Amino acid sequence: MMWFFLMSDSFTFGAFLISYGSIRFSLNEWVDHNYVFNRFPLTEANLPLAFVSLMTFILIFSSVTMVLAVHEGHKMNQKGVEKWMILTILGGLAFLSCQAWEWTHLITSRHKVLVDGVIQYWGTTTSHNPWGPKVLFNNELVATPGPVAFGGYFFGITGFHGFHVFSGVIINLVMLIKTKAGDFQKRGHYEMIEKAGLYWHFVDLVWVFVFLCFYLI
Amino acid sequence: MQAITTTHDAAHGEAQVKKIWKAFWILFVLTIIELGLGLSVYYIDMEANPSETLILFLKGIICILTLAKAFYIISIFMHLGDEVRNLIMSVGIPALLFIWFIFTFLYEGNSYRNLRNTDAHSRPYIEKVQEHPVPAMKEGEKN
Repeated sequence: MMWFFLMSDSFTFGAFLISYGSIRFSLNEWVDHNYVFNRFPLTEANLPLAFVSLMTFILIFSSVTMVLAVHEGHKMNQKGVEKWMILTILGGLAFLSCQAWEWTHLITSRHKVLVDGVIQYWGTTTSHNPWGPKVLFNNELVATPGPVAFGGYFFGITGFHGFHVFSGVIINLVMLIKTKAGDFQKRGHYEMIEKAGLYWHFVDLVWVFVFLCFYLI
Repeated sequence: MQAITTTHDAAHGEAQVKKIWKAFWILFVLTIIELGLGLSVYYIDMEANPSETLILFLKGIICILTLAKAFYIISIFMHLGDEVRNLIMSVGIPALLFIWFIFTFLYEGNSYRNLRNTDAHSRPYIEKVQEHPVPAMKEGEKN
């Protein structure tokens, strides 16, 4: 059953990403992701792609710890399952914290933007996009408002993915508690860990595509 | 779901763990290559006359690498290959619809842009170039 749920979920994500793609193709201007996502916590340096690659590695790594937990489950090794499940949950929480930082940064940091001949300072939200094409104003290149769709799609899709990560963490926590209680030892198999693992890998799989669509191309 | 409850002997388990770590390193390296290509797109873009075809080519490679990553996640981490053949088919065949979806919807978006730029082909497309810079004004002044 998990596979059929994942298939339907992949259609939801697919629909979001394809709609994002067709809107992006229908507009003459889009934002340059290398300028929008170029910050790293605790530094002011221009580091395009750096923070999001950290997030990607965290998620891939937590996927590996999940497979190892499933593998220990095959061997009926309760201690091993517990160890790898804890690492997986920590990975998921680390990813969520990174995303929280990124969202906060995008929404709260202000950027100079020329609106109707007046300079304003905008954050990146679902209704404001300060990353449009640049024009010369007072002998200085200033951005104009960009397509509003960017904020909607970015926060919508990464938010939906983040919510999947969050529910994955909750599911993994429940599995960890059940493992600690020895439920699966009594049952004689760790099939539930395997199913939670499938969901967790799916979340990782979706991130691979979100990463591609928003940060790489 | 037969493959789940089989018991593994120690040697087989060792090989399994090795395979998992190998998949991790493959994913790691593929991501690094993607980041390298992404960064080179960034630097090519900063040049005076960036070559559009080169950028498109690099982005194409990034897409192919992403598909490779997806393949490794599905086959090694999720081991879809170990499931019953009918399950693989009933999950895989609907997923093939995505190929068609992606091409049609992107084509649709592109055609919409062309229609808008040319008022439904009634005039040639003129790229919007800013001819006169916005006049200098004091900040906060209303126009």
